[in-house]
Amino acid sequence: MLAFVVRRALQALLVMLVVALIAFTLFRFVGDPINQMVGLDTSIAERAQLREMLGLNDPVVVQFARFIWHALHLDFAISYQFKQPVVALIGERFPATIELAFVSALFALLVGIPMGVYTALHRGSWLSTVFLTVSLVGISLPVFLTGILLIFLFAVTLGVLPSFGRGEVVHLGFWTTGLLTASGLRAIVLPAVTLGLFQLTLIMRLVRSEMLEVLRTDYIKFARARGLSERAINFGHALRNTLVPVITIVGLQLGSVIAFAIITETVFQWPGMGLLFLIAVQNADIPVTAAYLLLVAAIFVAINLIVDLLYVAIDPRIRVEARGV
Amino acid sequence: MTKALLSVRNLRVEFPTRRGTLVAVDDVSFDVMPGEVLGVVGESGAGKSLTGTAIIGLIERPGRIGAGEIRLKGERIDDLPPERMRRIRGRRIGMVFQDPLTSLNPVYRIGDQLVETILTHTDTNNAAARRRALALLTEVGIPAPEARIDNYPHQFSGGMRQRVVLALALAANPELIIADEPTTALDVSVQAQIIALLKRLCRDHGTAVILITHDMGVIAETADRVAVMYAGRIVEIGVVREVIKSPLHPYTIGLMGSIPKPDVDTPRLTQIPGTMPRLTAIPAGCAFHPRCPRAFAPCAAERPNLTPHGSADVACWLFRPAASAAQVRG
Amino acid sequence: MTGVDAEVPRLSITRRPSRVAAFFDHDLVYSFLHSRVTIVAALVTLAIVLAAVLAPWIAPHDPFDLRQLSLLDSHLPPAWAPDGDRRFLLGTDDQGRDVLSAILYGSRISLTVGLLSVALAAAVGIALGLVAGYVRGALDSIIMRAADVQLTFPAILIALLIDGTIRALGDARNEQTAFWVLVLSIGLSSWVQYARTVRGSTLVEKNKDYVLAAQLIGLDRTSILFRHVLPNVMGPVLVIATINLGLAIILEATLSFLGVGLPPTEPSLGTLISIGNKFLFAGEWWIAIFPGVTLAGLVLAVNLLGDWMRDALNPKLR
Repeated sequence: MLAFVVRRALQALLVMLVVALIAFTLFRFVGDPINQMVGLDTSIAERAQLREMLGLNDPVVVQFARFIWHALHLDFAISYQFKQPVVALIGERFPATIELAFVSALFALLVGIPMGVYTALHRGSWLSTVFLTVSLVGISLPVFLTGILLIFLFAVTLGVLPSFGRGEVVHLGFWTTGLLTASGLRAIVLPAVTLGLFQLTLIMRLVRSEMLEVLRTDYIKFARARGLSERAINFGHALRNTLVPVITIVGLQLGSVIAFAIITETVFQWPGMGLLFLIAVQNADIPVTAAYLLLVAAIFVAINLIVDLLYVAIDPRIRVEARGV
Repeated sequence: MTKALLSVRNLRVEFPTRRGTLVAVDDVSFDVMPGEVLGVVGESGAGKSLTGTAIIGLIERPGRIGAGEIRLKGERIDDLPPERMRRIRGRRIGMVFQDPLTSLNPVYRIGDQLVETILTHTDTNNAAARRRALALLTEVGIPAPEARIDNYPHQFSGGMRQRVVLALALAANPELIIADEPTTALDVSVQAQIIALLKRLCRDHGTAVILITHDMGVIAETADRVAVMYAGRIVEIGVVREVIKSPLHPYTIGLMGSIPKPDVDTPRLTQIPGTMPRLTAIPAGCAFHPRCPRAFAPCAAERPNLTPHGSADVACWLFRPAASAAQVRG
Repeated sequence: MTGVDAEVPRLSITRRPSRVAAFFDHDLVYSFLHSRVTIVAALVTLAIVLAAVLAPWIAPHDPFDLRQLSLLDSHLPPAWAPDGDRRFLLGTDDQGRDVLSAILYGSRISLTVGLLSVALAAAVGIALGLVAGYVRGALDSIIMRAADVQLTFPAILIALLIDGTIRALGDARNEQTAFWVLVLSIGLSSWVQYARTVRGSTLVEKNKDYVLAAQLIGLDRTSILFRHVLPNVMGPVLVIATINLGLAIILEATLSFLGVGLPPTEPSLGTLISIGNKFLFAGEWWIAIFPGVTLAGLVLAVNLLGDWMRDALNPKLR
């Protein structure tokens, strides 16, 4: 078990290092940091002096080490555009993105899993066909288009939900939440559904295909031969076995949800990290770009690790292998 | 005469495909007496498993029972609504499959699976069900059942798993057990143990067994009567000793001849030329006639029905009174 | 013929079916022709592809010809609306561009970027997969580690990163290269799946007799890889490519919508939607909705075809 955890942790570290390397390369070699920081009228001598002061003439390895050191202390210097510390900028917008991601994931799970189970158990029924059609549309619609269509329907035509912003937020320590106010709750509906729709589709299809696969197994056949009720078979045995791989995949999806939040935040002008990252990319704001990358990589890697460990906890077969018994 | 426990008449199992309907079990009829062991033997694809699956009502789409009647103690069970059939499964008819590893749900402890089955068919509480589960485990020969009842299936060896499977099948004390190749997936050394266990359990509980296998040795060891199947039909059915000693149908003769007998000095094992026909190309008349060394005129024309001959029933033109006359006339 | 069951057809092979009949009887074609949904999807895809390819000839206007544009024609609703103009069937945008023509040209660009990027991803992925699976060793490890790292991130992030980097390196406003930057970004963000699958297949094929035979004859590695192993691993690649085409089109549209893809002077469907988005609240819905519907229809049709192809090629489901 320990060996397993250590192995996975090392893999995670490797990924982080590679990402750090990429971020560092961006930072140091894409565009000239000096030019970004000073005005046009700074003399060449002054620039050279600045270069020396910032240690930009040191060996690359040293600079890389310094970069990692700063990163671990959450010091990413100043954003080129906003002239504010990057960490403050991202930290300010972090809660918005996380809340959006979680609410959308919750929506996708609560609606997607039942839909998937239904379409697996009632193949050929008209409702299943409806669900499957919706899922096909869900996969085919780009996230931004879903957002636009929802805005058009609910904000422009019907006028019942807001089309941008987060509504009123409540400050809890360093966190800001929009879930405790009425306007906040109304504001999160459309973005969460937009972000959640493609997840829902994936979850539904996954649950369906896994369940169909499970229903074909010998142990289900044997369970039937023992006279167990349909309910016990479908929900006790089949569903339990279905959810095991589903949970892992859903966990892994959480990472990409944070990435797709970029699009959703753009469409709804949601004040999150994603929107910040996009603006940074558009304006070649390297510090913000690099910092976002590292942060997001860290989140992804952490999620992957947690999901792997969770899988070991859930599936008894793997537990034994991990223990090396 | 004792009334039959299970009575199968003219059973047909078919599969509609876009190339036409394939008949996998064709007009099969037999009885199973209470407490007897009926072996069903034949090559892969002869329709043995499907016959068993049809009896317990688990034929999967697109397959279906096309014709025939199945009666359990006189009552028809092949046309029951799903809920009534479910109550018969496990409680009155049990089934055991070939691979014990895939027969058990890997994420549940075997104790939970046993208790669940017991609670489904008996009106008791958890504690009583667990006691019964322990008793079952002891009966099937699992050592130290208190320790092992909370293990997962993958923590057992193949032979032990099959014992657990038997325990599960017997949990509700059914009158009939259909064992579909119960030892094929096991090591040879374990096979004998499991067969002996099956024999003992059924004797102790008075359970009848339909033992489906391609292994004649197992049949010789365990069965009272045996039905030989070929291409979805029964070609011979009779008392085991008689069928083995004096097989009637040319296919059965070929089967017996192909079994190596350690105490008999045979220069060559019999080989039946050719292979069993595919479902899409079953010959007209007697299905075996293209491979039969004794085929003659009526064999290709008309399908022979099971007729009694001595202590067995055999479906072969060689044993029909009209046949000898036709043979003479050519 | 008493006793013979006359109702059940017994097939007796008397004559071999003709080649044409055999073609239509093949599982793939059979399942295609018997699925109405797939036929509709194929027709829709065909229609959009044809329209896109023939855009320069069938479009009523050239939306990029600045001389033809007139601001007087701008903001016109579709022809069937009260203020509509029959010259512009689906209305015009804020520059006076005909929406229908813009959609035709836009589809063309969207499809081209999609196909090219899939081709790039497949080429890179297949090449790396073949090498990794055949040569093994350090090269294999490096390629697979790189794949693992890249797989941790969703394609859109990778594409944004590549796109952003190239922008920062070069002249960010260079519109000529936007097309190729996009193809590169999307292509490089999706090679991993191909590489992994091809590597897996190569590992399996490598041990087969025909490869051993080729080695014994003395064929060099490249020949063996490309002429012998490659054709045998193409099956799964095709399946991945069909899934990826839809994703590539969506990715391109998304990047263009976000402003880091194709610019308004050479708009793809995504760019058109982003332009139209600004006028949604003003009630001028046609500028965004028509390109949106076209995009959705295209991707839906491609996905349906992909679904069918996967089901038809899947031996387990037959």
